[in-house]
Amino acid sequence: MTTLHVNGRAYQVAVEDDTPLLWVLRDTLGLTGTKYGCGIAQCGACTVMIDGTATRSCQVPVDSVGTADIRTIDAIEEDPVGRKVVEAWVAAQVPQCGYCQSGQVMAATALLKQTPHPSDGDIADAMTNLCRCGTYNRIAAAIRQAAG
Amino acid sequence: MDRLLTVDPIKLKDPLELQIEAQSAVLLMKPEGVSNLSRRAFLGFGASALVLGALLPSMPVRAQTAAAAVKPGTRIPAFLVIGKDNAVTLLSPFVEGGQGINTGLAQIVGEELDVNPSRFTVECAPPGPDYAVINGLRMTGGSFSTRSSYPLMRRLGATARDMMIRAAATKLKAKPETLKTEDGFVIHGASGKRLSYGELAPVALALPPRDDVALRDPASFRYIRQPVARLDVRAKSTGKAVYAIDQKLEGMLYAAVQHAPNQGTTVQSIANEAAVAAMPGVHSVHKLPGAVAVAADSWWRARKAVEALSVSWSAPAPSGLDTVAADYASDGLLAALKSSKEAGLPAETEGDATTAFATAAKVIEAEYDAPYLVHGQLEPPSSMARFNPDGTLELWAPNQMPELFQSVAAQTAGLAPDKVILHSPMLGGFFGRHFLYGSANPFLQAIQLAKATGRPVKVLWSREEEFRMDALRPLSFSRFRAAIGKDGRPTAIQARTVGEGPLGRWFGAVFKDPVDSSAVEGITEKPYAIPNRRMEYVKFPHPVTIAFWRSVGHSMNDFFYEGFLDEIADAGGQDPFVLRMDLLKDKPRHRKLLETVAAMSGGWKRGPYEVDGTRRARGVSMASPFGSETATIAEVSVQGGETQVHTVWVAFDPGSIVNPAIVKSQVESAVALGLSATLFEELVYKDGVRQSHNFDEYPILSRRSMPAVHVEIVESGAPMGGVGEPGLPGVPPAVVNAVAALTGQRIRSLPLAKNKIGV
Ligand code: FES
Ligand code: FES
Repeated sequence: MTTLHVNGRAYQVAVEDDTPLLWVLRDTLGLTGTKYGCGIAQCGACTVMIDGTATRSCQVPVDSVGTADIRTIDAIEEDPVGRKVVEAWVAAQVPQCGYCQSGQVMAATALLKQTPHPSDGDIADAMTNLCRCGTYNRIAAAIRQAAG
Repeated sequence: MDRLLTVDPIKLKDPLELQIEAQSAVLLMKPEGVSNLSRRAFLGFGASALVLGALLPSMPVRAQTAAAAVKPGTRIPAFLVIGKDNAVTLLSPFVEGGQGINTGLAQIVGEELDVNPSRFTVECAPPGPDYAVINGLRMTGGSFSTRSSYPLMRRLGATARDMMIRAAATKLKAKPETLKTEDGFVIHGASGKRLSYGELAPVALALPPRDDVALRDPASFRYIRQPVARLDVRAKSTGKAVYAIDQKLEGMLYAAVQHAPNQGTTVQSIANEAAVAAMPGVHSVHKLPGAVAVAADSWWRARKAVEALSVSWSAPAPSGLDTVAADYASDGLLAALKSSKEAGLPAETEGDATTAFATAAKVIEAEYDAPYLVHGQLEPPSSMARFNPDGTLELWAPNQMPELFQSVAAQTAGLAPDKVILHSPMLGGFFGRHFLYGSANPFLQAIQLAKATGRPVKVLWSREEEFRMDALRPLSFSRFRAAIGKDGRPTAIQARTVGEGPLGRWFGAVFKDPVDSSAVEGITEKPYAIPNRRMEYVKFPHPVTIAFWRSVGHSMNDFFYEGFLDEIADAGGQDPFVLRMDLLKDKPRHRKLLETVAAMSGGWKRGPYEVDGTRRARGVSMASPFGSETATIAEVSVQGGETQVHTVWVAFDPGSIVNPAIVKSQVESAVALGLSATLFEELVYKDGVRQSHNFDEYPILSRRSMPAVHVEIVESGAPMGGVGEPGLPGVPPAVVNAVAALTGQRIRSLPLAKNKIGV
């Protein structure tokens, strides 16, 4: 049994130690807002915040998480910064297919928590998630808007 | 078939310009690619495929009685559900996958129905004859959705509104003329009484529809042509949007698969089946056509187990339909395309090219090619199947043609089509990925596994399995020649295209033209006044599964043609922009676009010139894809052998539009995908297997390489063209032409990443 702290709640899960956090979130806890895209830390669709840091959950073995505070897109609107990011995403009409956007919103939220007024360079460094629909420019615009 | 179903007289200028019986849609996607085959590995499902092939022709006859009575797009209750709470649900013929069709349809129907589109819920309709609205066919593709259904959806909304008014008139004992509507209510002016559509719906939607209802005057449009917010952005920004991969059923097993390394081979034996069956959570191990599968209580456990299987596969057969030989290589295929001696079929002939070449001041010749590409939609494919106690099969499968998937699912399960309940989930990107491509679709595996286990099953392909099985944009090749006169203007152009297009492969049963338009589009029907033209096509089947890929033949052919046109300009000592304007003297629509894109970019300048200490240059191109027109300019620099695209300007004329904001974001998106293909993408076959297994070995465009994109919409008033794909084809040639202007290097083989670019 591993105890996980996800979105402010504690969950006991019985899975192999090396199970990626992504699959525990999606299949064991039913939190399917976090997406699977590549499984090898290339795309960022699986991005969650672990103790406030954007992390690609497909590469995080569940036994490495310990008591860390995991936040997923499913509870993004409970976070004041997350709420601002979501509003900016809606205002800029960012998503197309939307599949990458859970991860993009999590990465943007983590960025703005650490760097409330990011430079273009900060955005480039933090926002490395792939978007096959090419929404990169709107994402950057939305982050600038959320930063105010 | 004795009866053709006709819908609105919209003029479609594409290969699909024909009437198809709605009920014969099942006939459409049948591989026609390789003729001399002994193996019939259609769908990778051997015997069942033969059954399928034998049954297909008879199916439309069976379906006809029910289907023939329905005129697609006319039965209001098939499209509109209005609840007591006045919530409006629109059942759409199309599937949403990022292109914004749900919002667009809500605008069109809402405009005439008089309901604010923001109050719509739009869902993909189940299979049924009502939804065959593209000239009797139902699909989401070819950038057809809006343009094919625009008149129909307007009429649908207007007809439903009229039914609301008539129902209200009866209820209020008032004359219909004394009633008006306002955002979901019928209002009686004299008494001020208001009846909601929701309360009227049960009576109203049962009324016989009138077929002569007047449409709203476009001058009074409130929603159409407005940048209405997309209906799905909030759900997609908060993780609440549900895709195929997110769905779950009570008692469901998760399945993972491992496909044969060489396509077309089969499982011989599994060395460690018992050991794997004993792994944690494993329910069962399965042999499938061309694959092994494990069903387990979680997908991760299923995946670990299936990848632990030690499988011996049969030896690869010689290349054929869906069989890839052990020595198959993409560079070998390209060499074969180049050395083909087969006589070409005329794809476009005009004037007398032979004489023009004989009398030319100068003749130039060049060979262009483009590689295999994967779709790379970010959602890996999955499907979920359940056999219900009532004998039905329920299926959740990403798809762009519901009726076709339903009928193939029925064949696989041994059921009548109406016993298959198909759900078409929202797509996490598609770009042509979710047509029926035989073994490239996972839903057949889901059906087989649900049958074998007696449980609901969700099959999900890992990204690696998707790279192994995705149907590919075909590798393509064309050889060009041009005759140039003393004045430096082209007098003749000739092209020889050797290869295969997806239309011939998958729709060959219907589109019998031996010249596959999806292989030559973008080389034919160019707008330029080059008086003598001889474009020819040689069909050369590929052994691999080929696909429609955003903008299809245009995705490589406009690169070929527009790149070569710049070579013509250079050979004749002309500026490429000036030459294009000149060759478009009698084409005001195209000249306007060229002028627009030049103005957007601050006036045409080819360069090189300096910006912030780096040298830059620009390239221009035009394309006429899917009934729309584009003019594109790209600005590039080269640093350390790498091409950086700084800005792309697109002037886009789709005739007329529904939502300018969605149109612009679709063009931005198409630019990004086109640029990704230009700079990075290439799927290589070597020794019979694909060389890329995930995005680390197949880089796609990231933020780092994303240019600024400026889009201007020009509404010429021409018949409505497509929107989702047309922004793409102009990008590769504009970039390559800019690179040539900057470096003098003419790139004739994509992607740029494999060429060494130097300044
Ligand atoms: S799924 Fe984790 S980075 Fe792609
Ligand atoms: S919105 Fe489709 S992948 Fe980003």
